[in-house]
Amino acid sequence: MIAGVIGVIALVAVNALFLIWMERKVSAHMQLRPGPMEVGWHGAIQTVADALKLMGKELITPKDVDRWVYLAAPIVIFLPVLLSFLVIPFSQTLIIRDMNVGVLLILAFAALSVLAILMAGWASNNKYSVLGAIRSVAQNVSYEIPLLITLMSIILMVGSFSLVDIVAAQGRYWFVLTQPVAFILYITCATAETNRAPFDLPEAESELVAGFHTEYSGMRFALFFLAEYTNMFIVSAIATVFFLGGWHGPFLPGLVWFFLKVYFVIFLIMWFRWTFPRVRFDQLITFAWKILIPLAFANLIITAFILKLR
Amino acid sequence: MVSYFKEVLVGFASLIGGMAVTIRYFFKPIVTVQYPREKITMTPRYRGHTQLVLDPETATHKCIACELCARTCPSQLITVKGVKVDAKKKVPWQYLIEYQYCSLCGLCLEVCPTSALEWSNEYRLANFSRQDNVIDLLVRLQKQQRLAGVAVTPIPEPPAETEAEASSSGEVKE
Repeated sequence: MIAGVIGVIALVAVNALFLIWMERKVSAHMQLRPGPMEVGWHGAIQTVADALKLMGKELITPKDVDRWVYLAAPIVIFLPVLLSFLVIPFSQTLIIRDMNVGVLLILAFAALSVLAILMAGWASNNKYSVLGAIRSVAQNVSYEIPLLITLMSIILMVGSFSLVDIVAAQGRYWFVLTQPVAFILYITCATAETNRAPFDLPEAESELVAGFHTEYSGMRFALFFLAEYTNMFIVSAIATVFFLGGWHGPFLPGLVWFFLKVYFVIFLIMWFRWTFPRVRFDQLITFAWKILIPLAFANLIITAFILKLR
Repeated sequence: MVSYFKEVLVGFASLIGGMAVTIRYFFKPIVTVQYPREKITMTPRYRGHTQLVLDPETATHKCIACELCARTCPSQLITVKGVKVDAKKKVPWQYLIEYQYCSLCGLCLEVCPTSALEWSNEYRLANFSRQDNVIDLLVRLQKQQRLAGVAVTPIPEPPAETEAEASSSGEVKE
């Protein structure tokens, strides 16, 4: 268990450092720029330098903040992120604990991050932060529903909430082949759940400064950043487990396949960010309730019918 | 119902179209020049400051120190001082341009009877003081000769000044 905790913390840190570098590289190449090039090979340790700089920064607590809530928010956003790693099956054997309610555990803890964002926005005593937090709550509550329903169609097919069982059921073919609509819906909802563009309204930098983490500096800000990128890893890991066959794959060991697939999904999400413009707030909510939820329900009902007929 | 699904499908197709554009750009070569490490060659028509033409036949400049360029310069920033080497030939022992005043009009190039001047392709022209902008074209010519691998033209000694010459020598600036 201790080894698991240390491993997860190391993974979270390295993953965030790598993802920030990857994000900058992907965005740069899509705009015909080279991206960071100076620190290390092709800027590979640029994020290490940035992280060291962030650690050296002063922790500013603005006047009139709701002190305890303000201080607790970065921790509250980070803890559920760590806990989600508990049930992710990295390979056939590498899993901290296989629970029969693994899916529920991840989704329940993912929902907690909304609370942290609301806490941060409210406690900051800043109108932009509150606006960002309010948007985040409305968005995450809306997008959690289609997310759960799309995953439910997979759970219907497998008949288990355990992530290990779901991966094991994909030995012959990946579920993305039988459930392509669910995969697209899931990726869309996951992008919204992680507050990524084009659904990055909670931190829309051109209108809300930085949204809920405007008033945070130094390491507290770094925790929000870390949580955001780790959340990206988790939603991509779920996509891998549910749709892309987890550790299954020829030649390479399961762990390598798992990480390859996860980073492919992350690349997909980054690709979205540099392709699509940010949606307006009414478009965002309309999209969730009028398109994603009906489609997810239709997908679930059709899946149920086919399973019944078979 | 049909229009709803049609809208969803058309919207989805347009999203895929957008993503196709960005992934195409993702694999295109980078256009940024990593400046201090790599430099681009300037186009032939680029106008840096002027420089003396390195004549490929004589492997030196063609300036005869007639001072026409200095006289025609609207900003009067050219200083040419010549010295006679024999009864007919005169060569410059000093050719200075004060580049900070230059408007790159090109009149000096047009007026030159021997076509001894040309535009250089120098673009790193930032300096810390005004004095750094004064460019000695004869010294620059020596650099050009070293780059071309030909014999370096020594800069001639200034003529022994007499009292009369000192007052009216090649001083163009008023």
